[in-house]
Amino acid sequence: MSDVTPDLVRHLANLARIELDESEVVRFTEQLGVILDSVAKISSAIDENTPSTSHPIPLANVFREDIIEPSLSQEQALSGAPDQGQGRFRVAAILDEE
Amino acid sequence: MSELIRKNASELVQMLAKGEVSSVEVTQAHIDQISKVGDAVHSFLHLTTENALAVAKEVDRRRAAGESLPALAGVPIAVKDNLTTTDAPTTAGSKILEGWIAPYDATVVTKLRQEMMPILGKTNLDEFAMGSSTEFSAYGPSKNPWDLTRIPGGSGGGSSSVVSSFQSPLAIGSDTGGSIRFPGAVTGTVGIKPTYGAVSRYGLIALASSLDQVGPVARNVLDAALLQDVIGGYDPRDSTSLKDSLGSMVEAAKSGSLKGKKVGVIKQLSGAGFQQGVQNRFAEALKIITDAGAEIVEVDCPSFEYAIDAYYLILPAEASSNLAKFDSVRFGMRVTPEGNPTIERVMAATREAGFGPEVKRRIILGTYALSAGSFDKFYGAALKVRTLIQRDFDAAFAKADVLVSPTAPTTAFKFGEKVADPLAMYLNDIATIPANLAGIPGISVPIGLADEDNLPVGIQFLAPAHKDAALYEVGAALEGILEGIWGKRMMDFAPKLEGN
Repeated sequence: MSDVTPDLVRHLANLARIELDESEVVRFTEQLGVILDSVAKISSAIDENTPSTSHPIPLANVFREDIIEPSLSQEQALSGAPDQGQGRFRVAAILDEE
Repeated sequence: MSELIRKNASELVQMLAKGEVSSVEVTQAHIDQISKVGDAVHSFLHLTTENALAVAKEVDRRRAAGESLPALAGVPIAVKDNLTTTDAPTTAGSKILEGWIAPYDATVVTKLRQEMMPILGKTNLDEFAMGSSTEFSAYGPSKNPWDLTRIPGGSGGGSSSVVSSFQSPLAIGSDTGGSIRFPGAVTGTVGIKPTYGAVSRYGLIALASSLDQVGPVARNVLDAALLQDVIGGYDPRDSTSLKDSLGSMVEAAKSGSLKGKKVGVIKQLSGAGFQQGVQNRFAEALKIITDAGAEIVEVDCPSFEYAIDAYYLILPAEASSNLAKFDSVRFGMRVTPEGNPTIERVMAATREAGFGPEVKRRIILGTYALSAGSFDKFYGAALKVRTLIQRDFDAAFAKADVLVSPTAPTTAFKFGEKVADPLAMYLNDIATIPANLAGIPGISVPIGLADEDNLPVGIQFLAPAHKDAALYEVGAALEGILEGIWGKRMMDFAPKLEGN
């Protein structure tokens, strides 16, 4: 059985910046346990010599010429922002008061 | 119902060229159908019918003036709502992007505009394309036109239901683990996942960047080919875009042939675990393929047993980092908790309110798979399985030109049947996922109805990377033979929708 605990789910949710409510913590603890138990069998298919594939098509060093091309204006880039001011994205305080 | 909406895109192209019908008439006929069946099927999240009519009008004007026009000019289309558009919202089926208007068009959308295709609207999907049924759309599920109590497949159930309810002859989908092919199979339509990189992903809201591929949705193989020829090709804005040309899909579809082809039946993707009616239609299709001059060989892909498991680690891992951009700063929703919260609490409250259950589940799973203590056991191991699956394909394609399997283990299931059981939902993708892991192209073509429920069954052909044309060639050949046997088209078996 997997070792997924409510505390682990809370920790992961915090890392992923999702403020789960308690009913979600309970549900995801159970579901993640079931999913991880199921997918863990992949380790039996491989050994240390099996190479990894992170991408399906081999590609390396995709560059373009270093020339200026049209891009979004500042106004366009800000057009979807929930809050903005002085041509910038406006956000809440970065640091706690303490 | 207007006869126009039952026409294939290729037929509309000819009628438009001959002046038998105007693009405004064609577009209006589809808009009328949207008004009739749109509420019942719920395919569209946003309509852009006024803009569509304006494009149609311009096409008619240019044609009347004797100007030369692109191949699909004047033929309407619908676009999955995870591709950005400047004239309509792009939500990816999520509350977190409700009302967001992108400041740029996806490359695929730009190409449709250059082709002068009237874009009718944006189609529904499971939130951020995570799902097999559209039940995870924040805006409610789309319905299967064959049976409104059943799912139209997912994630691209909006696009599959649009095309199968004659609201549009063509649509655009995206396929990360089967999101074009599975909806195609369960709605009796054609769906293609091109080779990875064959169609630009610029402006596609990324789910899993090493798996995502944009592709055509249509009612027949030639129509899909016409569309892939329009949307495919190199795009400098997508760093994974293929530079080499894959040739003409239309020519491949028109030359459709099975003669002399070696067709590999994947041992692991037939028989046990597949609904009886699916197996029966698949066996009949294999007989037809043999009778048409192809040679059937069996191929062994032992690592496919691990494909779903590897996929459900790789996808959440990539998605958890791709979806980090929805942080309440640059676009979309912002929820500010009471008091004097820091930005981190604003982000966490926004993502809690804006994301649905499947998205949260996968982000948390992906965060776990990538975390220090479990990386080797989960994500690292999944990347190794990906190599094994590619090797299985290499060995199979040494014996066969194309591979076949049923597209999905079952026909369309009922709403609610699998929504609470993630593992059961993931099993729908068993036959489609390997192609995404290997980056190869796949097509789903309808092959009739299952005996037990009279619902559509699809066959999947797979080809080596860059050989998309081979899929159109064999797909069109099989489709032609089947239509000959039936004396009608697949969609002619579909029951009439209320309002038609």
